Amino acid sequence: MSRTLLTGNVSAAWGARLAGVDYVPAFPITPQTEIIETLAGWIDSGEMAGRLVTLESEHSMITAAGGAATTGVRVFSATSSQGLLYAMEMLYTVAGWRTPFVLVNVSRGLSAPITLESDHNDIMAARDCGFLQIHCASCQEVLDSTLLAYRLAEDTRVRLPVIVNLDGFYLSFTREPVEIPAADAAAGFVGDFDPQNARFRASTPESQAVAVLGGSPYSYFRYETHLASLNGLSVYDEISAEFSATFGRNHPAVEAYRTGDADYLFVMLGSFATKAREAVDRLRDAGWSIGLLRPRLLRPFPEESLRRLLAGRRGVAVIDQNLSMGKGGVLHGELLGALYGHPQAPPVVASFIGGLGGRDISAEEFYEMAQTLRQAADTGRTPPPRLLYTRDELREIRKLQAVAHQEREELHR
Amino acid sequence: MYRIRFHGRGGQGMKTASRILGSAFFLEGFEVQDAPRYGAERRGAPIFAYVRAARAAINERGIISRPDLVVVADDTLVPVPASGVLSGIGARTVLLINTTQNTSAWQQRLNISGPVITLPASAEVEDRADLPYIGATCAGAAARLVGVIARDTLAGAIRTELSALGAGVIDRNLENALQAYDIMQAHSGLVREGSMTSAIKYAHPDWADLPFDTARISAPTVFATANSVEVRTGLWRTLRPVVDYSRCNHCWWVCSTFCPDGAIAVDTDGKPVIDYDHCKGCMICVAQCPPHAIEAVSEEQAQRDTTTGETP
Ligand code: SF4
Ligand code: SF4
Repeated sequence: MSRTLLTGNVSAAWGARLAGVDYVPAFPITPQTEIIETLAGWIDSGEMAGRLVTLESEHSMITAAGGAATTGVRVFSATSSQGLLYAMEMLYTVAGWRTPFVLVNVSRGLSAPITLESDHNDIMAARDCGFLQIHCASCQEVLDSTLLAYRLAEDTRVRLPVIVNLDGFYLSFTREPVEIPAADAAAGFVGDFDPQNARFRASTPESQAVAVLGGSPYSYFRYETHLASLNGLSVYDEISAEFSATFGRNHPAVEAYRTGDADYLFVMLGSFATKAREAVDRLRDAGWSIGLLRPRLLRPFPEESLRRLLAGRRGVAVIDQNLSMGKGGVLHGELLGALYGHPQAPPVVASFIGGLGGRDISAEEFYEMAQTLRQAADTGRTPPPRLLYTRDELREIRKLQAVAHQEREELHR
Repeated sequence: MYRIRFHGRGGQGMKTASRILGSAFFLEGFEVQDAPRYGAERRGAPIFAYVRAARAAINERGIISRPDLVVVADDTLVPVPASGVLSGIGARTVLLINTTQNTSAWQQRLNISGPVITLPASAEVEDRADLPYIGATCAGAAARLVGVIARDTLAGAIRTELSALGAGVIDRNLENALQAYDIMQAHSGLVREGSMTSAIKYAHPDWADLPFDTARISAPTVFATANSVEVRTGLWRTLRPVVDYSRCNHCWWVCSTFCPDGAIAVDTDGKPVIDYDHCKGCMICVAQCPPHAIEAVSEEQAQRDTTTGETP
């Protein structure tokens, strides 16, 4: 085991390498490309076995990934943002095939307008497709989660593809110290892929297809996929406990940071949650009773754990790095759904939207959210959803709009 | 925690600088986070990279808003607001500028109270390949300014980070970086670790409630004529198509029609002329030309061969 500085992208590539993947269908996109480049380099130099093939689109890439997984080989792929959306049709399809493989998504905001930086609208768009989702907050977690993801995907109680999500820039291009597990230890943990009935082979005539079905059988197959995903909760607990025992790193389905006695909690996903951790430390220095909950699993949604961890708190601030147009923060809505009707549910669950397109969330903003929460808890009135956006930012936009307006006038003169 | 920002232009090795310094801290037993930040533009555009180093695990992320040290590799960036060089600079921030001007000139010009240190910039050189390795030089100076990195550790970090580049390149970087390290001797330890903003007294974020604007104002569309010429996509190129006019049979349409960027113009004699300011180097013209009259050459090589040394 060695500790070395790795980017989130190279950590993802290490995960794939240590899992002994056989096949990597690939299509590059910023900020994911380094994953593909790293794997291609290793395969080219012979440091890693397996095949890497570049496809002409993400749609084909996911088709190839699902197709290859039905032959019983271990498959890895990676994408981001528009690429994930371009593959959307096939995400639903291959999940329906119940073919296990691991897809890394490097989160990046969606067009339009275009951004290269991270937010979670891309991964949220894939929320309902049947892929399980593990969200990472550090480069170490990216590597570890990739190993966990193979165990989860290939488990006979689950048998579904898994997405490991990491934030563009904040993890993808950021180096942190990462412990790379020894190859044999990693191989021992992940084990061999037993494809069971998925063993499509050339020269062995057998057809593998899906039929056009009416609503009743269709319902059966769809609901079975849902049940398999839900099984992922207990399977994840089991394998993450085994991972912790083997490697000494614990990655529970929900990270609970300084939550024991906390009256107030931040809830958020992904790497920005480590900023919340820092804010929790500073707020505690200032006498606050506050903590952080960070779901690692978004699908299946660890409702039970969240309910237990949220029970009896005075106030909760859900910070969504995504925005469902016409509704609001996705995680906020999901959390409310999990809490409704439970007697111990916190009286105030406030919604904040922040970090869209990689927009920073400052320490002061975390402090201010805590203040807002306390006020809300004291008065019993939940504040309306708040976009983290300052008057200065609005002034800046107004300036740009004035320039654009002027240009348009000139154009139409 | 040490919070350090490197500012330069794409191609000046700011990512390398941050990685060398990051590695050096790491080798000295620090927890480290280093990362580059850039947009869609490539070579020549302002970019920055940053390093955080601490004795405990680092939870802070992203852009450093209150730096302890800001290193500027290219002094033409200082007055460019969009480059963000001066953002978050306080009385205790050390500013290190690679420049031909002296410290007091900068102090006066910028009207800042914190320490300004200059790194004597070397003169411009004709051949791009001879440009000094400014990224490593900046990292070397920064390593001395923090005062917790040994000379040997710096050398080790450079060897690790540049290992793919060959002995000659490593030696020249080592030489420059160690020289910068030595020059900064008098300022060793000048840069001190900063602390996190306290939650007791802090500047309240001035949040705005976004008003509704009609689509005419709030749609992110650009209406302008022919502004794509302003974007020199030629900077993206790694391969350059070069027409061998002795083989070109002036078919007049194949390459110019297939070029997805409209970067090939044909004059009245049917002679194709490639606009290198905008050719992205996709090599489609190379593949399509029937008599194989367009050759793909390495952009780096082509630039080196251009005697003027200017970026095409
Ligand atoms: S390389 Fe591509 S962009 Fe450049 S001239 Fe040829 S076809 Fe056009
Ligand atoms: S396609 Fe080839 S032959 Fe035709 S104009 Fe272009 S370079 Fe000349």
